[in-house]
Amino acid sequence: MAKLTLSDSEIEKYSGQLSKILDYVDKLNEVDTSEVEPTFNVMGLSNVMAEDESSSSLTQDQTLANGSETKDGLFVTKGVFDNE
Amino acid sequence: MSDISSLTLVQTLEALKNKKFSEEELNRVYQERIKQLNPKLNAFLQTQENSSGIPAGIKDIICTQNIKTTAGSKILSTFIPPYSATVVNKLLENNVSIAGKTNMDEFAMGSSGENSAFGPTKNPWDLTKITGGTSAGSAAAVAADMCVFAIGTDTGGSIRQPASLCGVVGLKTSYGRVSRYGLISAASSLDTIGPITKSVGDARKVLGWISGSDGHDANCINEKFTMQPERLQAKIKGIKIGVPKEYFGEGLDKSVEKVVRDAIAKMEELGAEIVEISLPHSKYALPAFYIINPSEVSSNMGRFTGIRFGSKREDFGEEVKRRIMLGTFALSSGYYDDYYAKAAKVRTLVKQDFDNAFTKCDCIVGPVSPTTAWNLGEKVDDPLKMYLADIYTISANLAGIPGLSIPCGFSSGLPVGLQILGKYMDEATILDVGEAYEQATDWHLKKPDLSF
Repeated sequence: MAKLTLSDSEIEKYSGQLSKILDYVDKLNEVDTSEVEPTFNVMGLSNVMAEDESSSSLTQDQTLANGSETKDGLFVTKGVFDNE
Repeated sequence: MSDISSLTLVQTLEALKNKKFSEEELNRVYQERIKQLNPKLNAFLQTQENSSGIPAGIKDIICTQNIKTTAGSKILSTFIPPYSATVVNKLLENNVSIAGKTNMDEFAMGSSGENSAFGPTKNPWDLTKITGGTSAGSAAAVAADMCVFAIGTDTGGSIRQPASLCGVVGLKTSYGRVSRYGLISAASSLDTIGPITKSVGDARKVLGWISGSDGHDANCINEKFTMQPERLQAKIKGIKIGVPKEYFGEGLDKSVEKVVRDAIAKMEELGAEIVEISLPHSKYALPAFYIINPSEVSSNMGRFTGIRFGSKREDFGEEVKRRIMLGTFALSSGYYDDYYAKAAKVRTLVKQDFDNAFTKCDCIVGPVSPTTAWNLGEKVDDPLKMYLADIYTISANLAGIPGLSIPCGFSSGLPVGLQILGKYMDEATILDVGEAYEQATDWHLKKPDLSF
């Protein structure tokens, strides 16, 4: 999911740093939250709906302008399945 | 007129109305200062030469049509947005011109301004010191009079802390006050947009321009900030100001504490009623934040695949990689309940602390940062130490409430900021209190010596 490529020296450095951070956040276990509801959004919103209406949007050229590789007006991506 | 650039936004608008100088002259003066100072300060990543409008700095995480927007990252070093953020459009409608895009910690992750792929911003008060972050360039540019005002973003203190360390005014708005359409997301339940300015009146003015719904940010509610008329005598008499004992404990630099305590005494002298309050879960806000923020970050960074925009993921900087790893770990099955869900529950308690406190007071004051600006390089190898710099600012992001940082003095020649936190959607009270304090003191008039 993170999709990061790390070198050996990075792995060594980060594992030390991340352990230290995780030790620190363990402090949260001092708090009794058995009766507490979580807050994911301070406004208490979920599933905000909009009318299903079309409106103006970027043109195809504008949308593709920052793409690393485009072909026939589409983005080129890695294949999901082997082409063979 | 050589002092055009020291005028506040409100004064600049007044001078333009009275034809003291032209917009062309105004832009020329600021362009000269940018040319002279930016090579030393590295506050702007891109600059523009306009001949009209009020020149403002826009943090480089906010999309500007046809103007490169990098978010301080190598991964977006060639990204040219095809549209402008709502906040930018609203400013343009109010005759603001974009003087440039300001430097920042990559994707708004950091506390010093040093996590930019394009080099750190230097503090105008001392070039060997950090500016704070993540809105590093926005704060430095306003402090060095390189623009009339600037726009920043605040996810954990990123407007208030650099404003404090650079001696300018910074306003973190209530969550949902300003539309984030066109802002490159860092942590979606925490991100807010707000102004960095030369006076509290300026922050009020800019907030009036940028607040309100555009229909594109589901969290930006339809309640438009009602502009208060500009007052000569801002209201502070009879206001109840809460001072949380947890904000004056271990870790707070003694000389910073003295400056902040003197500022509180001044507010009392001006007629405010000071009450001691408690925010008992304060010490858990930071660990909760450093689970919630990386979790949301790891999800938002997923869009950088090098396909639709940006280069390859190898180009992420160190702090971004660290948070992606922390976040994906905290969200992974088997650990979700222990980390992300746990942090979200602690967030509820942090928010309830504020709800309880605001039954006893109208606003809360304390320090913004436990220290003044530290040396460049001092904390870069110790991420946890860097995180601890946010100890007094992150709670407001977890609770969604507004916060103002205003200049309130100096310690060894470096600026100290006073933080004023308000009730949800009550920017009006903290601006009133801040303005009353500002009018009774002259800290905001102090300028750094830029003859380097």
